Amino acid sequence: MRTLNRAIGHLLSCKDVSRLLSQAEERPMSTWERLRVKWHLAVCSMCRAFERQLALMREAMRRYRT
Amino acid sequence: MLENQGVSQTGASVTTFESLRGRLFGLAYRMLGSRADAEDVVQDTLAAALTAKDGFTGKSTVKTWLTGILKHKIVDAIRRKQREPVAVSTLDDEADLEDFDGMFKAGGAWQAPPADWGDPEQSLTRQEFFDVMQICLDKLPPNTARVFMMREVLELSSEEICKELTITANNLWVILYRARMSLRECLEMNWFSGGGNRA
Repeated sequence: MRTLNRAIGHLLSCKDVSRLLSQAEERPMSTWERLRVKWHLAVCSMCRAFERQLALMREAMRRYRT
Repeated sequence: MLENQGVSQTGASVTTFESLRGRLFGLAYRMLGSRADAEDVVQDTLAAALTAKDGFTGKSTVKTWLTGILKHKIVDAIRRKQREPVAVSTLDDEADLEDFDGMFKAGGAWQAPPADWGDPEQSLTRQEFFDVMQICLDKLPPNTARVFMMREVLELSSEEICKELTITANNLWVILYRARMSLRECLEMNWFSGGGNRA
């Protein structure tokens, strides 16, 4: 979690967000994490695209296993 | 080979079972990593299904039903294998994440913006997509693949996987992150970038 400590403490990088979004599939985010991710996603179209990619893969695996 | 014992009205016949043997084997082999173990598990599954086939109500498809039995047999086999230590990476979590540093710039921003994969249904309704996805899954390193499949196909909980493989929750999250990032990269290159059969 060392990478989460940025110079401006509350901001997350895309790398941080990619990890948290993946992790959220197994472990729900805390309120604080969810807020920080939401802030980042609000201004980062790249991570919004990544989030949609994760959703597609999740649905793909769901169809794959059934 | 199982002997023909007649066809039930739900389609749960020996013939149907046998036609699914290959698919069941593929799934078992990817999880267990051993041909022999996979064959045993599939044989047990088909034998169990044969005994139970008259009780099969036809609510799900035969494929779904057999896969369900198979998954239980696989979990049992994994548990039995746990008497031998599993070579899951015990590297420091931070070090594992270095694998994907190349995807991000020094400050943590994406090197290459993730692409727009378009309407999911354009891909998810096509067999060619799943063929490509299968190739991408097969490319995952064995330990990563096993964990990913336990989570995404066997649908074991995090706790169950950590217990079965004696890894920490953090190990698990890192491995799954690696798997998803690899899968993402492979799909982006081989399906979504126009190199594949994108609609």
